[in-house]
Amino acid sequence: MTTVLRVIEPGLFTTVQDLGRPQAIAAGVPSGGVMDRFAHRAANLVVGNAEADATLECTLTGPHLVAEHSCLVAITGADFDLRVNGQVVPTWTGIFLGQGDHLTFGARRAGGRAYVALAGGIEADRWLGSASTYLLAARGGVHGRTLKAGDQISTAREAARPMVSGHHLVERSRPEYADHTLFAIAGPHVKRLDPEGRGALFGAAFKVSREADRMGYRLDGPRLATSGAELLSFGLAAGAVQVPQGGQPILLMADHQTAGGYPVVATVVSASMPVAAQMIPGDELHFKEVTLERARLMRLSLAAALDTLRRR
Amino acid sequence: MKKRRDVRQAVAGYTGVTVHFDPDQTTPDALGAAIKRLAAKRPPMAEPGRLHRIPVVYEGPDLEEVAARLKLSPEQIVEIHSTPIYRVFLLGFVPGWAYLGPLPEELELPRRHVPRTQVPAGSVAIAGRQTGIYPLPTPGGWHLIGRTSVKLFLPDSDPPSLFRAGDRVKFFASKS
Repeated sequence: MTTVLRVIEPGLFTTVQDLGRPQAIAAGVPSGGVMDRFAHRAANLVVGNAEADATLECTLTGPHLVAEHSCLVAITGADFDLRVNGQVVPTWTGIFLGQGDHLTFGARRAGGRAYVALAGGIEADRWLGSASTYLLAARGGVHGRTLKAGDQISTAREAARPMVSGHHLVERSRPEYADHTLFAIAGPHVKRLDPEGRGALFGAAFKVSREADRMGYRLDGPRLATSGAELLSFGLAAGAVQVPQGGQPILLMADHQTAGGYPVVATVVSASMPVAAQMIPGDELHFKEVTLERARLMRLSLAAALDTLRRR
Repeated sequence: MKKRRDVRQAVAGYTGVTVHFDPDQTTPDALGAAIKRLAAKRPPMAEPGRLHRIPVVYEGPDLEEVAARLKLSPEQIVEIHSTPIYRVFLLGFVPGWAYLGPLPEELELPRRHVPRTQVPAGSVAIAGRQTGIYPLPTPGGWHLIGRTSVKLFLPDSDPPSLFRAGDRVKFFASKS
């Protein structure tokens, strides 16, 4: 469709992502997609898109974009000093850009990943049913790579008319990003921890280490000793907390390997994954055990928050 | 299983199936009961999968060490590794990777203590009672006994993998 945005500065690590390719898991390809599914969905809904439309996922820093044509955008997720032509503009809100307007990301105040939605969706390469960028295979998004200066961003289709700016998701309807408690259900191999280890898992503070990317976060903290024979490899899900021999837990994120053989001692519930997605190296976190029923209610509560954006 | 509306994906493993489901469509209890009923039916054995013949240059960097640890000659390792017809048990880890087995007992070794940070694509490896081929340059802790030029990850095919669960694989020694 129409080129509407041009990339002046791409930011540190900016990729096109959508809700991923879960149907590819059986072929060994990670589901991938956005890290923070809530912020991504909210950004799309604020500009009148379907929640599955592709967005830009901007990690730690944001891009500098200039509008080649007028368009409607929304930025959600991490909290940046966001400006249009130097004037502060709000996040989690539909913003109208006129031709020649400059959208810039200044200082990051909180969170790790911001999402940029464009009314009409972002046109991107699709691979195995998804526009999500998968760097290892160099497929999806913008030719399977991160954004670079000079890239042009087009709408996937004509945006719904009229484009209405100012739609906004209030803070109380968003996940509690500042509270670094990750709610988790006990994992299939939790019994491989001794009582002391289980106490540490659901009691001690952990810290996101420097080895943290879209595949997963290695966590610094108490070492968790597991017992038992080596497991035969099995399928994995995002949110799984694996414990390799060394005892350093790994929280699996969007691009996680589809199968593995390390014990899974906990699984972070889907409602807490947006909070995990916004963490950066050095952030402290706690795991809190919840029942599956509580996890389901938390999930419904986040879905209801997004529904407020649909009822208009 | 995959035909159910409430199931997003079902991934067969060695001894289980990992089922990704839509919690808006079903509950774990209801789905669990349906899976139990299905398992009780004992569906007929699937047809044998396709047979792949894979040429291997048995010159891996760990071949000598593996032979020494197993008190065999490198030639015996090659002979034993290339005799069975292996089964593809599970696809995963990285795109194109297939867990093949069972590896003959005579070749059973635990994984390396310190995994390599980078294993070249095409490396043929063994660990435990399993064997496999690294489809992409990735970290890895298996013992590298050979290499193949066969491409396992086919990004522009769907599915993007040469092997599928249930396929059979036979290795044969090749000079280059």
